[in-house]
Amino acid sequence: MEELYRIENLGKSFGNKKVLQNINLKIFKGEIFTFMGPSGVGKTTLLRLLNLLEMPTTGTLIFDGNDNAILQKNNVMRRMSMLFQRPAIFNTSVFNNVAYGLEIRKVDKKTIEKKVIDALAIVGLAGCEKQKALTLSGGEAQRMAFARAIVFKPDVLLLDEPTANLDPANVAKIEDIIRKIRNELGTTIILASHNIHQVRRLADRVGILLNGELIEVNTKEQIFTHPFDARSYAFINGEIIY
Amino acid sequence: MSTADFLVQGIIKAFELIFSLNPYIMSITGVSIQVSGMATALATLTAIPLAFVISFMKFWGKQALITLINTGLGLPPVFVGLFVFLMIVPVGPLGFLNIVYTKEAMILAQYILITPIITGISLAAIKAVPKLIIETVYTLGGTEKDAAVATLKEARFGIITAVLAGLGRALAEVGAILIVGGNIARTGSVGRIGEGLSETRTLTTAITSETSKGDISTSIALGIILICLVLSVNVLANYFQRRD
Ligand SMILES: Nc1ncnc2c1ncn2[C@@H]1O[C@H](COP(=O)(O)OP(=O)(O)OP(=O)(O)O)[C@@H](O)[C@H]1O
Ligand SMILES: [Mg+2]
Repeated sequence: MEELYRIENLGKSFGNKKVLQNINLKIFKGEIFTFMGPSGVGKTTLLRLLNLLEMPTTGTLIFDGNDNAILQKNNVMRRMSMLFQRPAIFNTSVFNNVAYGLEIRKVDKKTIEKKVIDALAIVGLAGCEKQKALTLSGGEAQRMAFARAIVFKPDVLLLDEPTANLDPANVAKIEDIIRKIRNELGTTIILASHNIHQVRRLADRVGILLNGELIEVNTKEQIFTHPFDARSYAFINGEIIY
Repeated sequence: MSTADFLVQGIIKAFELIFSLNPYIMSITGVSIQVSGMATALATLTAIPLAFVISFMKFWGKQALITLINTGLGLPPVFVGLFVFLMIVPVGPLGFLNIVYTKEAMILAQYILITPIITGISLAAIKAVPKLIIETVYTLGGTEKDAAVATLKEARFGIITAVLAGLGRALAEVGAILIVGGNIARTGSVGRIGEGLSETRTLTTAITSETSKGDISTSIALGIILICLVLSVNVLANYFQRRD
């Protein structure tokens, strides 16, 4: 399997506050990798580091063999897309929101139109193109942001709690799309989630974060049956209160 | 004649002047719109790039510039008038322009007055755009330039409000343009109501002179037009504020 990310000894502090430390990890092309861990442990921060939105305090990050990724941020970020936990919406139509990533890539109008309509259909928002995005419901807004994040077919999709605001039917729908994107396009998917059931349904591999450290990285099967760290077992079985 | 009669007569005559499109009053209105409109256009062309640069770039003296703009927000118009006047008198540094008592001088004075206003309000509007919008641009593959453009777009209604605030202020201003423009009109026969044509006479400066001359109906007519203009600008500004 080909490596997409290799991170070594990665750490992040905000002022004196050490949020993440000593993170070592490889993420492979085409896998669905999931970070699990209690609230406030640093899942969002780690995704932001992987997106190069945030600079690490220590350690190195190699993206697709490029150990200068951080310095060539603009080019590297073009291959990624991140969906925030609470997506920001541009104050314009749904169409313009979803089209944004294509417009800045100078895709021609006809193609944009087709791709946006496809992406909206995928997330179940067909026909909402003209609606003002700020008038969407919470769940619709989240699905629109999802369409906006996938419309330009990034190599890696970073999803921060992508189904947190959704009802079960839409959760199933988004999970289907995630699987489909990976299976059909080979997109690498990195997901942060509290939701153990979701991780069980989606993940190939799982990393468990606790107290700012990655205590275990393992296949889903191993993690859920024979985790090698006792704390992983405790977390998965709900014995760590969060 | 009682005070009430005097007022009623004045108002009736004022409406006659307005609806008959009295040339003197129309020319004054024209000068007001021309001067304030041009000053607002030039101030906007300065203020928006300035707000943009201050918001998105780091440079030496930025804090001093912001302080200057904040000071400019509270400048007394008569002071600006005096300052511009001293610059443009024949012996002043801008004397070669030869613009004393012209519309150009009035535009310059109003430009100095409202550029800080438009810049200041635009800056606040840009600052109010959530940081998450900028980060969203980056995560979707945008550059710093894309982020700046997206921020401007998000702040657009606030910026339009800023421009309209500048226009409203310019239309209502009297002190500065009185000093540098001189309130000049080619007058008709002395004592005849509504005769002559404005050179540098605006709605506000005309109201001061017509009132002191005792021509109350002309003053009321000018006042009605001024209020209608300022009110429409405010209604428009309100509309854009609500769109935000
Ligand atoms: N810019 C920042 N400045 C200071 N502290 C920060 C900053 N960003 C994050 N933190 C802190 O870092 C820690 C980890 O935050 P993070 O958002 O990564 O957690 P999380 O695992 O995503 O939590 P949740 O599951 O609740 O979303 C928190 O304690 C948070 O307060
Ligand atoms: Mg989070």
